[in-house]
Formats: sequence, C-alpha cells, structure tokens
Amino acid sequence: MLLHALLGGVIYGCYFTLIGLGLNLVFGVMRIVNLAHGDVLMLGAFAAFFLFHLAGLSPFIAAPLVMVGFFLLGLPFYYLVVPRLALAKDAEMLSLILFFGVQQIIEALAAIAFGSSERSIPGRVLGIGPFHFLGQNLSRAWVIGAAIAAGAVIALYLYLYHTRSGLLTRAVMASREEALASGIAIHRISARAFAIGLALAGLAGVFAPFMLGSVTPAMGVSVNLSAFAVIIVGSLGNPLGTVAGGLIYGIGLLLMQTYFSAWADLLPNLLLIGVLLVRPTGLLGRRVRLA
Amino acid sequence: MPRVLRDFLSVGLPVVAIFALLPLVYANQLLLFNFVLFLILAQGLNAIYGFTGYLPFGYVGFFGAGAYGFALAVMHLAAPPALALLLAGLAAVLLGMILTPLLRLSGAYFAIANLAAAQAVYQVIANPALQDITKGPYGVSLASVFAPKASYGAALLILAGVLALVAWLRHGRFGLALQAGRDDPVSAAMAGIPVVSARIIAWLISALIAGLAGGVFAWHISVFYPETAFDLSTSIFAIVFTLFGGAATLSGPIAGVILLYGLYNVIGISVPQYFQLIYGALIVGLVLFLPRGLASLLQRRGIDVP
Repeated sequence: MLLHALLGGVIYGCYFTLIGLGLNLVFGVMRIVNLAHGDVLMLGAFAAFFLFHLAGLSPFIAAPLVMVGFFLLGLPFYYLVVPRLALAKDAEMLSLILFFGVQQIIEALAAIAFGSSERSIPGRVLGIGPFHFLGQNLSRAWVIGAAIAAGAVIALYLYLYHTRSGLLTRAVMASREEALASGIAIHRISARAFAIGLALAGLAGVFAPFMLGSVTPAMGVSVNLSAFAVIIVGSLGNPLGTVAGGLIYGIGLLLMQTYFSAWADLLPNLLLIGVLLVRPTGLLGRRVRLA
Repeated sequence: MPRVLRDFLSVGLPVVAIFALLPLVYANQLLLFNFVLFLILAQGLNAIYGFTGYLPFGYVGFFGAGAYGFALAVMHLAAPPALALLLAGLAAVLLGMILTPLLRLSGAYFAIANLAAAQAVYQVIANPALQDITKGPYGVSLASVFAPKASYGAALLILAGVLALVAWLRHGRFGLALQAGRDDPVSAAMAGIPVVSARIIAWLISALIAGLAGGVFAWHISVFYPETAFDLSTSIFAIVFTLFGGAATLSGPIAGVILLYGLYNVIGISVPQYFQLIYGALIVGLVLFLPRGLASLLQRRGIDVP
C-alpha cells in the first residue's frame, strides 16, 4: 500500500507540477498573480470535452489544438491588460484583484454557456488496461497524464535554457529594469511568457478530466489553491522549482488520502501556510536563485 | 466639532437611523438584515485593507469563526445570546491572533495565505470527524435563541459601533499612524510609529468586527451550514463593495454596499451567473480605470469625502 501511495504520489506530483508550471512562469516573468489560472485550466478541460464528444477528437489531438488556441488568445489579452496594469504603483496587488475579476467573468460565462452539470470523458480513450510497474497496477490515464506533464517540463526547460527567446525571458525574470535598459523588448518577451503560461494551463486542462475527475465551471477555485500550494512550496518565480513543489504536494496528498483520508483536503492549505511562514521564498528559493 | 464626531453624525448615524426605521415600512427583514451585515463586513474589511493595505481574501474565516463561536456557546454552554455574541467576537480574535504571523507576508502572498487559512478553518469545522462538537457538515440549529427583532437590533448596535470606529480611524492618532505605515512603512517607523504593532491591532480589530458580524448572523439566521458560514463569496462581496466605494473612507464602503448589494438583489438572486459576470467586469474596470473607487471621483476634484 505504501509503495502504491508513493508511486501514485509521484504520478500526481508530475501532474500538479504541470498545473503550477504556467502560473509560476507568469509570476516569475511579470510579477503578476494570475488568479484566473485555474479557470483557464477549466476552459481547457471543457475544450477537450467538447472536442471529444462533438468532433470525436481524442485528447492527444485536442491537446496541441488547445495549446495553440490558448497561446494565440493569450497574446492579445496580455497587450490589452498588462501594460496598463504595470503603470500602477502597487501592480502586484492590483493584478491579484484584476485577475480575480477575470476569474469571475470566466466562471460566470462558463456557467451560462455550459450549465453547472458535471462532465467527464471516459478513461478508455487513452487506452485500455492498467499499467504494470514495480508489481503495482497503475491507472493508464494517470501514467499518461504524468508523462505529458514531464514532457511539458522538459520542453519548458529547453525553451528557457536553450533558445534565445528563453535567454531573454530569464533576463526579464532576473531584473525587469536592467532587461529594459539593455534593450530587451520586455513586453514582447512577457507577452510570449504569458501566452505560454495559458497554453500550459490549457494542456493541464485537457488531461484534467482523467486526473481530477469530472469537470464543472466552478472547479477553478480549488485548482488555484492547489496550484498556489505547489508553486509556493517549490519556489515562487522559478518555473523549474515547481517540480519540487509538485512532487512534495503529490506524494503528500496521496499519503494523506491513504492513511488519513478524512483530513486529506486540509493538506494543500496547511502546506501552503506552513511553507509561507517558514520560508517565504519556497523550499528551493535561495539555492536555485544563486545557481 | 471634532472631525470624528462630524463624520459619524453626518454619515454613520443617518445610515443606522434609516436601517432602524426601515422595518416599519418594509416587511422583508431578512433582506434588511443582510444589508446591515454587509455594511458591517465592508467596514471591517475597510479597517484592515483601507488603513494598512493588507487584503484578506479569507476574511470570511473570521465571519465563520464568529458564527461557530456563537453556535458552540449556545449549544454547549447554553449561553444567553449577549454572552454568546461576545464569545463569537472572542473566537474571531483568537483566530486572528493565531494568524498574526501571516502579516509578515506582503501583498499577494498575504492574500493567498489568508485564503488558504480560511479554507483550512472551514475544513476543520465541517469535518465529519468532529461531528460531536461542531455537527460537522450537517449544520447547526439554534432555534432556542431565535429572536429576529432582538438580533436585528444587535446588528444595528454593532454597525453603529463599527462606523464610529472607522470614523475614528480616519481622523484619530492611531488611524493616522496606520495610514502613515501603509503609505511608507520605513519613514513611518523612523518617525517613531510602531508600525508592526499598530498593524496587528488593526488586524485584530478587523477580526473582531467580522466575528461579531458572524455571531449576529448565526443568531438571526439560527439554522446554517458550514458552507454558508464560510462561503467565499462573503469575502468577495465585502472586498468588491469596499473597493467600489473607495477604501479608507467612511462613506465609500456604505455606497458600495447600497449600490452593489442592491443591484445583486434586483438581478442576482434569480440569475447569479449574470451578477457574477457583471461584478467580474466591474472589478476589471475598477482596477484598470478607477483603482481608488467612486470616492476618488470626488477626491480628484478636491472634495473631501468623509
């Protein structure tokens, strides 16, 4: 049972890493708290649901479609809102309130358009039969979700550390002012990062019906709390630090569910408060920043 | 006449008087009670957000702690309502003390941690494992102390006290110290203002207000579930009302509650999604175009808004 909980925890950890990844990228580059992250994920889940039930497209085809679509939506949205926001004195706080408003709009529109009933995609579309590993039977959908998440982390790493655009992104993360002074088009870089963040949320959303259960317009809030727990435990503002947070969160959650199931819901909140109070920079904060 | 008294007499007292007289001509007392409740909560949020800049997204945690403080006092101690109300305020202040370390966090981190804290309190109280104490997810019934007239009167008294308090924060020494600490903590500290302890006091005052509001809510409603006592939209409403009217003023949150909660009752009850859509758009519009609320429209023209 312990081994199963640990393996399940690693799998869930990978998926929660994917949930936090986009949020952390956006925060790291723009110092913007995207409180609508969970609702973007919800939209991705609904897109996958409708693409599957209306057009018969499997999630593997829906995923790139959703990512491209969300990326293209993210660019104009950035220019519409963020440059204006950055002028304000207390931009970080105002961004929290602003994206809270955006979240309310998305949730309301989704509730009006889709109704509040629970939707799901049958797990068999990802393949049939469990997955055997170390003598344990693991759900095939979980393993695929985790593999996709790991792929996304590696892709983001390659983007950040092996492309010119990624180099500029890291420069903006390190110091916005100095990046501006050295002639980097910070808005173009930031818009790109913002759109990638939305695309990653969309990708997480496509696999949400398999990993998080059924999909409703109101699911965004709890997803947000998990995502914040993950990125704060990992390290805020460092996208790759999200991996540590995701794994701790996933393993913790599965252990709680196995041994103290009545109190499992408390975990993200307690983890978040605890880490914020003890190490506001996150568990990996300092070391990763120096490296 | 001191400015505290002037503000209270010109803005606070008329509001209390109107809500004291309205039940004589308007029969829906529950609606009036909800208005009074949100007037209290918006001012309580104003006390912490308007005067220190800390935005507690989990403000409803104190409200719920107050509601359950009242309920537990009535159920287990058979306390009379007045004593139970005091215990409700005490429960929220205790929670506030436990959460005081959160004030070390800044801006967005504070807001998120506070939200998580409110959720954690909710999950503990609603947990089936604690059914013997809190009745868990099945809700509490306080029919033995149900007294709508008396509880409405108590809510009005609390409102009067809270309005007086905010008027004092605006002009009194302590409130000015808080505002200095909000605008520039380093300079304020150099001028000899104990910034941290002043903030903690404001935080506990704000918790007390929400706790009293929760207690009087439990008394008036008398049957409620953990989801209603810890409903996140309570925080959200209080925040939006305060921002819309203008934080750090006495009349701003009042205007916000009257206008937006009025709007909510016209269109929101039947189709909540449309109201959610409208206030979502309102928040976005406010942040982008009017971050200091309605009051700033007048303040920009040099008019002093009480």
